[in-house]
Amino acid sequence: MRIYDLATAEQDFIAEVAARSHQDVRTCYQCGNCTAGCPYTFVYDYSVSQIMRLIQLGQQETVLRSKSIWLCGSCQSCTTRCPNRIDVAKIMDVCRHMARERGYATEREVKLFADSFLRSVERHGRAFELGLMVDYVLHSGKVFTDLDLAPTALARRKLPFQPHPIVGRDQVERIFQRFRQGGAHA
Amino acid sequence: MRIGVFICHCGSNIAGTVDVRAVAQAAKGFADVVYASDTMYACSEPGQEGIIQAVREHNLDGVVVASCTPRMHEPTFRRTVERAGLNRYCFEMANIREHVSWIGKDTERNTIKATELVRMAVEKLRRNRPLTPKRFDVTKRVLVVGGGVAGIQAALDCAEGGQEVVLVEREQSIGGKMAKLDKTFPTIDCSSCVLGPKMVDVAQHPKITLHTMAEVESVSGYVGNFQVTIRKKARFVDWEKCTGCGLCMEKCPSRKAPDPFNEYLCTAPTINIPFPQAIPKKAAINPETCIMKQKGKCGLCAKICPVKCIDFDQQDELVTVDVGAIVVATGYDLFDWHKYPQYGQGRYPDVITSLQYERLLSASGPTGGHIKRPSDGKEPKTVVFIQCVGSRDRSVDRPYCSGFCCMYTAKQAILTKDHIPDSQSYVFYMDIRSPGKAYDEFTRRAMEEYGAQYVRGRVAMIYPKGDQLIVRGADTLAGTQVEVAADLVVLAVGVEAARGAAVLGEKLRVVPDQYGFFVESHPKLRPVETNTAGVFLAGACQGPKDIPASVAQGSAAAAKVLALLVKDQLESDPQVSRVTPARCVGCGKCVQTCPFGAIKLVEDRFGNPKAEVVETVCQGCGICTVTCPQGAIQLEHFTDNQILAEVQALCPPRIRVNYAS
Repeated sequence: MRIYDLATAEQDFIAEVAARSHQDVRTCYQCGNCTAGCPYTFVYDYSVSQIMRLIQLGQQETVLRSKSIWLCGSCQSCTTRCPNRIDVAKIMDVCRHMARERGYATEREVKLFADSFLRSVERHGRAFELGLMVDYVLHSGKVFTDLDLAPTALARRKLPFQPHPIVGRDQVERIFQRFRQGGAHA
Repeated sequence: MRIGVFICHCGSNIAGTVDVRAVAQAAKGFADVVYASDTMYACSEPGQEGIIQAVREHNLDGVVVASCTPRMHEPTFRRTVERAGLNRYCFEMANIREHVSWIGKDTERNTIKATELVRMAVEKLRRNRPLTPKRFDVTKRVLVVGGGVAGIQAALDCAEGGQEVVLVEREQSIGGKMAKLDKTFPTIDCSSCVLGPKMVDVAQHPKITLHTMAEVESVSGYVGNFQVTIRKKARFVDWEKCTGCGLCMEKCPSRKAPDPFNEYLCTAPTINIPFPQAIPKKAAINPETCIMKQKGKCGLCAKICPVKCIDFDQQDELVTVDVGAIVVATGYDLFDWHKYPQYGQGRYPDVITSLQYERLLSASGPTGGHIKRPSDGKEPKTVVFIQCVGSRDRSVDRPYCSGFCCMYTAKQAILTKDHIPDSQSYVFYMDIRSPGKAYDEFTRRAMEEYGAQYVRGRVAMIYPKGDQLIVRGADTLAGTQVEVAADLVVLAVGVEAARGAAVLGEKLRVVPDQYGFFVESHPKLRPVETNTAGVFLAGACQGPKDIPASVAQGSAAAAKVLALLVKDQLESDPQVSRVTPARCVGCGKCVQTCPFGAIKLVEDRFGNPKAEVVETVCQGCGICTVTCPQGAIQLEHFTDNQILAEVQALCPPRIRVNYAS
């Protein structure tokens, strides 16, 4: 097991998580309510309460390289249950953003899918499912992912071959432009 | 006047951020100040001796001490100046600790502020005059509000100390929460076996008058002379005659109302004695479910009663009693766990509170001491205990620890194994708090000898599956989720202030904290006193407390009462209102505004109406002084002239006005 040096807690990391999430991570007293309610614990490498603890200990590398922050589904169970009113899901979100900024993607496919999704939204103003699938397959090389769902989805007309352009597509595009210029957090 | 000023260092408490020497130096320039010095600890023996010596050497007739809050040491220094031969009211205090050094870090500005506070105190002292306290008689009787274990202990100790005691209890029987418990930690001795004899002592003690089903209606007066009105609620049974035989309970046809004594786990007859050891063991009728009271016919109890004690026309009765002291021991109530969505909010009958579980364990409970779960009466084999339900949780405004849940949960886990040897208990906890004598060993026994599985984490979900409940929680030590299929779930619900405590606190002028617990006078040195003289606290009404702590506090409050009532007379504070008859026009406005009824209208020798203050009743609040249109009532040592002189000392006007008294 890794040994954490308590003295090298990265205070800047703690402060950045706190500032960007607007949450006071010191108020977590490790009751475990977030972990108890989290539906993704079975795939996590660190449970939510452990992520909270590692943040308190300033263990930047461990947190930002963890699988858990990518696998979090933002269902908000942790936030709802927290007795100290910490928005834990928000903290998971912030950690994911910070990991991305540092070029970490421990769950590569999750990141690639998010990228494909955003590209699709930028181009069409909304998600174009088939285009998104092709984009994701091209980037990830995972040709057979969820292929078994295709017949059902096609039969129910959930996979149109043409994108549905929306009104105000240019405005959505401008959001992306503004983001790239503005230097806002990813 | 010849005034001496003493600036206290209070170690580094004051001297750390105030230049005390500079303050003393500045004080030498104030009007009438003939001596000023700084002293390490003014309250210490050498410190006090220094003051006495200075008074003698410099022939002082007034003293200002600049130190901590007067709440801390004003009485100390009044005694000091008295020992030096001065009137004890020729003394003023400037608070340069709480108001200066503890709240500011800038030494320069602190020193300026401290100097100004001392200047104000000097200006006030210059207009003080010697006062002599009046003496008044003390009523040698004590009122104890609340008949739980703390109130019982206080009542018995006061009675044993020779004082008359009036014990008022809201419920039908005394005993409080402890009477509902099966066994007590950490000795597993039977709760009613240790409490029962004390309850009987209360009933039999010649010095104790017991009023149950009664509440304090109103309180007036002051320390040594309270007048209390007690409302004894109609019980529709003549308790003079009732023998507690219980025949009426057997025959009563209305028996569907949930039983509050058994925590609503079962029903009770409408005419009822709550439990076998009840004191007084008398029956009472609940008028809300009584067929006779609701529909005007039935009366079966009246027919069957061998002593004919049923009285359907009984009314509430008001009893007035004079007492010299009051002990508040109103205890606590349980947190309403239905606020949490994760425990089912009452959808699952097999999720119960810890106090309900006590009733299931108790031989006098609804199941005769056999653990049967509420849904189907089956004996549970897997019992899950969840701690901190309504404790240490900011999201439900209960950030405090309830203190004793860790211990009673360990006890209940042990008792579960005793009752059902092939059962398995699981305890979800956050931290185990067991600081009492033999407490931690007790929780270890629950784990090691009785095999209770302790899981460090909280529970996020309970849902039914078959006839069981799936409890999903976290084990933070293993760092993952855990699940267990339980037959019964027991919630260790937290403690909150007793319902009605706020209303009673208002009547007694005892302040509740933000969670409704009564505030003691000093958290360390005056734990059972309140800021209202003559009113004392005992037990969980002051904050969560287990039985030993409640009993200890009951005895402590009794000691305080006895120390007060041993005196035949008390001195009243002479810093009260005084009427200048020449100015008084007899309008009577002060009489109307006085909250203590301390002012009356009398006639002077020409037959003109004039206000007169009853010194021993006046509390010195000053409302009359701001009401009087003539400025005829002045509060001693807080006269208009003194307050204006203080203001002037703080912000001197350009044109000097002489506010000499």
